[in-house]
Amino acid sequence: MQPNSSGSVNDFAIKLANVNGTGSASANGLLMQAIFRMGIPVSGKNLFPSNIQGLPTWYEIRVNDEGHTARAINYDLMVAMNSQTYGRDIKEVRQGGYVLYDSSWPLDKSLYRDDVNFMPIPFAQMCNERFKDARARTLMKNVAYAGALVATLEIDMHTVEALLDERFAGKKALRDSNLQALKIGYDYAKEHFNCPLPFHLQPMDANGDKVLIDGNTATALGCVYAGATVAAWYPITPATSVMDAFKEFCEKYRRDPETERNNYCIIQAEDELAAIGMVIGASWNGARAFTSTAGPGISLMNELLGLAYYSEIPAVVIDVQRVGPSTGMPTRTQQADLLSCAYASHGDTKHILLFPANPAECFEFAVKSFDLAERFQTPVIMMSDLDIGMNDWVVPRLTWDDSYRPDRGRVLNEADLKEMPKYFRYSNEDENFVAPRTLPGVAAKGAYVTRGSGHNKFGGYTETPSEYQEVLDRLAKKHAAAADFVPGPKMQMVDKAQYGVVTLGGCDLAVREAIGALAEQGINLDYQRVCGFPFANSIETFLNQHEYNFVVEQNRDGQLSSLLTLETGVEKKKIRPVLFYGGFPLSASQVVEAIQGQLEK
Amino acid sequence: MPSIAKPIATHPSLQRNELGLTIRDYEGSMSTLCAGCGHDSVTAAVVRALWEMSLQPHMLAKMSGIGCSSKTPAYFVNGAHGFNSAHGRMPTITTGAAAANRELTYIGVSGDGDSLSIGIGHMCHAIRRNVKMVYLIENNGVYGLTKGQFSASADVGSKSKRGEANRMSPIDPVMLALSIGATFVARSFSGDKEQLVPILKAAFAHRGLALVDVVSPCVTFNDHEGSTKSYLYTRRHEARATESDYVPKATEILAELNGDGVTSVTMHDGSVLRFRTVPAGYDPTDRQRVMAYLQERQAKGEVVTGVLYLDETVPDLHEMNNTPEIPLTEVAYEKLCPGAEALNKLQEEYR
Repeated sequence: MQPNSSGSVNDFAIKLANVNGTGSASANGLLMQAIFRMGIPVSGKNLFPSNIQGLPTWYEIRVNDEGHTARAINYDLMVAMNSQTYGRDIKEVRQGGYVLYDSSWPLDKSLYRDDVNFMPIPFAQMCNERFKDARARTLMKNVAYAGALVATLEIDMHTVEALLDERFAGKKALRDSNLQALKIGYDYAKEHFNCPLPFHLQPMDANGDKVLIDGNTATALGCVYAGATVAAWYPITPATSVMDAFKEFCEKYRRDPETERNNYCIIQAEDELAAIGMVIGASWNGARAFTSTAGPGISLMNELLGLAYYSEIPAVVIDVQRVGPSTGMPTRTQQADLLSCAYASHGDTKHILLFPANPAECFEFAVKSFDLAERFQTPVIMMSDLDIGMNDWVVPRLTWDDSYRPDRGRVLNEADLKEMPKYFRYSNEDENFVAPRTLPGVAAKGAYVTRGSGHNKFGGYTETPSEYQEVLDRLAKKHAAAADFVPGPKMQMVDKAQYGVVTLGGCDLAVREAIGALAEQGINLDYQRVCGFPFANSIETFLNQHEYNFVVEQNRDGQLSSLLTLETGVEKKKIRPVLFYGGFPLSASQVVEAIQGQLEK
Repeated sequence: MPSIAKPIATHPSLQRNELGLTIRDYEGSMSTLCAGCGHDSVTAAVVRALWEMSLQPHMLAKMSGIGCSSKTPAYFVNGAHGFNSAHGRMPTITTGAAAANRELTYIGVSGDGDSLSIGIGHMCHAIRRNVKMVYLIENNGVYGLTKGQFSASADVGSKSKRGEANRMSPIDPVMLALSIGATFVARSFSGDKEQLVPILKAAFAHRGLALVDVVSPCVTFNDHEGSTKSYLYTRRHEARATESDYVPKATEILAELNGDGVTSVTMHDGSVLRFRTVPAGYDPTDRQRVMAYLQERQAKGEVVTGVLYLDETVPDLHEMNNTPEIPLTEVAYEKLCPGAEALNKLQEEYR
């Protein structure tokens, strides 16, 4: 039986089921990049295990000519290359969809479905015949299935060949065997199946000069461009690639051509306590310094984040969020550190948070983080997540204004100090309640003891209630003043919307796609994406404008909802949490279903 | 950390250093520690060493964690920035500070609680990174601020003020440091300023991290009979391994250093540390033998003091990271930002 398949060009989703550590990531990336170069909006999501080799791993590619590239969970095609997961993989294909699998071994009869099309290709067998080396046989199987997809989906062969040329420049033998493997899959598919499939690709011109980049790379670039010189970190998934990329860019751009010295210092710390300590020490001395971490690291950094907050030292923390609590699921995504970051540390503390939605904003907000940290002399935490950080996204080309200069905030130099009768660290605040600081090594007149213990506005130790409170109250006002400086919310308003939808970070694409889909059903919703904390006034205005607001976020407890309730004057009944926390990137259909469900109640 | 402003009393007869400053210019606020606290003697030795070295006060950075010892940076060099940070974290903050500005002179003042319990990992890793700093441990075997609990350096059998005996084996910062590659290890006694001042000066001249463990009795909680960190015990059991004499760079006396029993080591900054080793054959540059010797004497209940080990050949944090000769904080932003054109070009790789 040949079930019906709807034919659609440049609008479908495929899922590739692999075993991790076999080289599939490289083949999957190749496919995604080729589609990107064909000018078609595309996304790739890597759903991988916390493991090095031998466990199931998946990669999803979605193409959509209208630019909807949030995760799609309705798969048109499954490339089933992992016999361990055949059962669930085959079940996930939509009715009328396709399953491409390695038929070197027979497929268990119980796995067959008569409402999907099976495309058997003996990849292992063919690769074993062509390649001698065991490692090559494993690796080339991946390139072979890529070849089969080139044929069945009409991926442009010249583009794929060009990519192989670039990847294996100067490694002719590798390039040739990859090309050979590609052809094995391609030829077999052409010969045995009707190519292309009803859903396939056609070149477009939707990508212009956009780039394909992951958020961690873009974050690292932002840190380079912001002028960060000291970076301290402790290895942790999914933040490690921030520092890997920072190191790579520093080696490229920061080696002084004259002196051959490194205009940077990256320190792999003994733990996250040390990493944030080093950042605080370097910032105290006037360097732009940062650390990158994930939830478990934030937990450890709590102690010293409070020190930096109270003693008013800039610090930039990149939190690439993963699934908690505890170790949680290190390779899965979530937005569950919001509350622990907003109020990190004991005592009354509040921090500045930025919420980028994609790699382009990771670049922009990373730079902003340093400016805000120095202007407000306080920690700034940029809250990325695994989906943004580790997946490749198609984003507008990153731009840079060469007239940018770092906002170093209020720092007194020797001449400034000379004009003052006496310097007191926590006095003489400006309209944003920021008092000028001095850096060590400048002048004895600016010297004081930085301390995490109770201090008065002069910087002296105190245990006197009024003196202590005076400083603590100023800190609260300083934090509130930052609301006008963090990136404002992004809005999308429609006529006469009864309800609003509020979200943050990487939910952006899925939520906006869902709003479009709901509009087609006659449900009109206003949209607001929160980009920073403390909240701008416009956030409260938006919330009050609507009968109620769906707050979409990726955690169990509605942490953004809580934060909005605590930190704005909005009534709690106006907030309707819409929560997803299984660990995979959000898809529009999940949001549509959840909002519909709530509206029906 | 309460402190009391100290009246500045100078006398015309006070000696001046190369900068024209008197020792008063290196003092800080009045100490609020208990009368007779060993830490105050250490502070006095730090003041003297820095004055003798003619260090610009504002070029010093005084780092500390939490505890009685960590209060002391407020009691010396008012003209220098201080950082009284969090318990055990001083080495991390100093590492970051040193990475950012290599021109400052760093002194980290810590105690046995700060460095041998809560911050022991940080201390070890600062040693491994060879951060250029003087790492001072004011070691009294007891938690003073929280009123008398044993610290990790308390010896087996040592008795608390209440008469309770410690049964857990102590952590000796000197042996620990030696075992993880420390490049300068010294021990002294707060009651012996004659020995401590030259040790501190040598420590400041060292290429990397100089660990100085100072037995500094706690008069309130650990100076009784049965304590092994008391004035009396230390005086009775101290055994000097080396007598050191620090010779500043400017003084050319190399020719004099070839006498019997004298070892001289040229420090990284060109100054010279001259040792007179007390036991015959003690070689402060032979790590294995130093460790063996210290263990042997320790077994006999002796507290060996002096500059115990020294290696000027190991690169410090900055050398290992190939950073510029100027502080990273002084590298112009134009040199740090690759600019719009480079960003555009780079993005061709992300197509």
